[in-house]
Amino acid sequence: MEKVLSGVKVLDLTHYIAGPYCTKMLADYGAEVIKIEKPGEGDGGRKLPPFFEDDPHPEKSGFFLYLNTNKKGITLNLKSEAGKKIFKDLLLQSDILVENFSPRVMPSLGLDYGTLEKINPHLVMASISNFGQTGPYRDFKATEIVEDALGGWSTIIGHADREPLKPGGSQAQFVAGLFGAIGSITGYYGALACGAGQHIDLSIMDAVLYIQMFPTSSYSYDKVIRKRFGNRTAPFPSGILPCRDGYIGAITVTAQKWPVLCEWMGMPELCEDPRFKTPADRALNIDELDATMISWLIEHDQEELFREGQRRRLPFGIPASAKQLLESPHLNTRGYFVEVDHPLTGKVRYPGAQVRFGGMPYELKRAPLLGEHNEEIFCQKLGFNKADLVRMREQGII
Amino acid sequence: MADLPLKGIRVIDLSMWFAGPMCTRLLADMGAEVIKVESLKHIDPWRGPVVRERASVQFPFRPVTDKPYDCSPGFNLENRNKYGITLDLQQPKAKEILKKLVKISDVLVENYSPRVMPKLGLDYSVLRGVNPKLIMISLPALGGTGPDRDYLAFGQTIDCMSGMAYLTGYSGEEPMLESGLSYGDPLSGMNAAFGVVSALLYQRRTGKGLHIDLSQVEGLVAFNADAVLDYTMNGRVRERIGNRDRTMAPHGTYRCKGEDRWVSIAIGSDEEWRNFCTAIGEPDWAKDARFADYPGRYNHQDELDKLITTWTLQHNHYTTMHSLQAAGVAAGAVLDARELIEEPHLNARGIWERIPHPVAGTHAEIGPFALFSKTPLHILKPAPCLGEHNEFVFGQLLGMSREEIAELEKEGITGTKPSEVQQGSM
Repeated sequence: MEKVLSGVKVLDLTHYIAGPYCTKMLADYGAEVIKIEKPGEGDGGRKLPPFFEDDPHPEKSGFFLYLNTNKKGITLNLKSEAGKKIFKDLLLQSDILVENFSPRVMPSLGLDYGTLEKINPHLVMASISNFGQTGPYRDFKATEIVEDALGGWSTIIGHADREPLKPGGSQAQFVAGLFGAIGSITGYYGALACGAGQHIDLSIMDAVLYIQMFPTSSYSYDKVIRKRFGNRTAPFPSGILPCRDGYIGAITVTAQKWPVLCEWMGMPELCEDPRFKTPADRALNIDELDATMISWLIEHDQEELFREGQRRRLPFGIPASAKQLLESPHLNTRGYFVEVDHPLTGKVRYPGAQVRFGGMPYELKRAPLLGEHNEEIFCQKLGFNKADLVRMREQGII
Repeated sequence: MADLPLKGIRVIDLSMWFAGPMCTRLLADMGAEVIKVESLKHIDPWRGPVVRERASVQFPFRPVTDKPYDCSPGFNLENRNKYGITLDLQQPKAKEILKKLVKISDVLVENYSPRVMPKLGLDYSVLRGVNPKLIMISLPALGGTGPDRDYLAFGQTIDCMSGMAYLTGYSGEEPMLESGLSYGDPLSGMNAAFGVVSALLYQRRTGKGLHIDLSQVEGLVAFNADAVLDYTMNGRVRERIGNRDRTMAPHGTYRCKGEDRWVSIAIGSDEEWRNFCTAIGEPDWAKDARFADYPGRYNHQDELDKLITTWTLQHNHYTTMHSLQAAGVAAGAVLDARELIEEPHLNARGIWERIPHPVAGTHAEIGPFALFSKTPLHILKPAPCLGEHNEFVFGQLLGMSREEIAELEKEGITGTKPSEVQQGSM
């Protein structure tokens, strides 16, 4: 089936989250992605929760299964000479190589860009790493929370007088993965035009910075250091507040919405109240304003506030749990969640298309079992026979 | 040096605020010729107040200027490397001009609510008639179909609707917004840029255009796939866990010496734990059987956090990070805006660039999102002043005469001076 990235060939040396998300984007939209894993244990992402029925089996990590849809999986020992040779042969048939090892790994394997470029001058190589291929922190260790801290994200989440918070989940790594996908296909587009590939050095820390509009620009213009300010956002009132059955995102954003809200709450007099008249007044008296709003909100349910707010053109939203997302009539009408069958988990629903290309099919084929496509790739693409595969397995190459 | 990868691609950008402009910022950074279209009655709201007096109330610390709308930090960051014109698309003559522009362009980006483009008579079916190879992308909050398609949403609404807010916050407390990052916006802009470049590859291969429907919420739900799968596989609803982690302990953000200074520390393996204890001069902790393995450390997190804080409080956040990193422990100082701009690592990588803006002056701005070895990305030109490239676009690209452009100005269709009363301003 024709897809936007049909015909693009990708060699995938990624593991855990950022790299696999990058190549998932490429695979889900039609590129042929060959994922190379270490023989025996495979991608470390196979150890990430959640696991199907909480069984920490390497083929049952839901996170791994999601991050590796539509890819073909082979195993290859890149430390062996034979493994390197096979890798280079595959590279000759590839347009894009993505890797997210720490920056010392590829050069130590003798597989740095300078070497690979000589084998395949068209190659676009994307290297995603914690801090980039250069700079004093290049070899620092990082996990999600460390990237959130150093990228300037944590400093703006949380209450002012308490510890800064990381955003939920693994956001920095996903963001970097998506940048990796953008960078590698754009590099490939450029290579088609000029005939030469290039190396793209993507740092997760840089990626976190690039998505922020205000914090650093406010400082460079106004010398204002943005800090976290809880659940409020100017112009007030706007924030997540309690309601009868949970919380509601009572978002207004533009000042013209304030009278609409007062009217709805049945308190039109608040508009003329000197404490709340202008955005500046409301900012100054935010605690009183919140108390007034909460006294009204707790008489109402999430769903009612959301629907009636939207009917009045107020951008309210329910802070949705996973269960609420899966049950959302809107998402389900759009067929967002996609059921994927897998021999060890049966049918499970996954998040689906991030981007919908008019009239084109979108499908999620399950992630590969470890080494599942060894025979297909090694025999069909590289001309090995089954006896070769047995020998290579015995030698620990695949 | 080779040309930037998207050189020769022309993009019409009808988007405003943050999500759409983030998409076209990426395209412009990578070499596309992006023409941002605003109107005098409806400038991009991120430009801020039009009137000098209002601007000085809202931004008391900023130098006073007659053109505050050319001095907005957020606008100038998101719109660098782009061209800017004004065109009032509510007027029939302007629609014809836009169609002429569509004819000579590759991509059109818009992030209105799904009702607007059809109402203007500029939906994809019309524009495809003008240019069959056109790639058009619409990125409304909830996508172009479905029962809630016309709902209104800003970045914070998307934080809520996508599950992001539900998963962010102190353990057992309320869901948190991202204090003004408006995360759904940049993320959608990135998905959109991915969509546009993918479609360009398709166009190059097949000669065909297409329309891309992007729901901002759906893009962000994908980033919380692990929470979704925990529910679909195990029926478990993931809750907020603050700074803690499901596979590492201790794991948190600890107060350091100084005002509002913090360091984040993540300890995964037993070896890292032992290294940590040695680095902070508490080798006895490593011998404590309660903390010997992950389950033990996980079950004693409250106690461990208190112990760790007694050490971090004695040191500055940078010192803490460096001494732990030297011992092979993942640690990062929580950096604020000033520290980021002064950050030795980012400066060594050349991340900050300073391009003079004719009205706003020279300010540090993040340059490339990644380092491209053969076609380095840079800020090559500052964000456009309002209507700065009217002449270039109407005159040079569309071949209109000076008189014709002057006529458009007289009719209020284009110009460089915004109306004092704006439609839909802040």
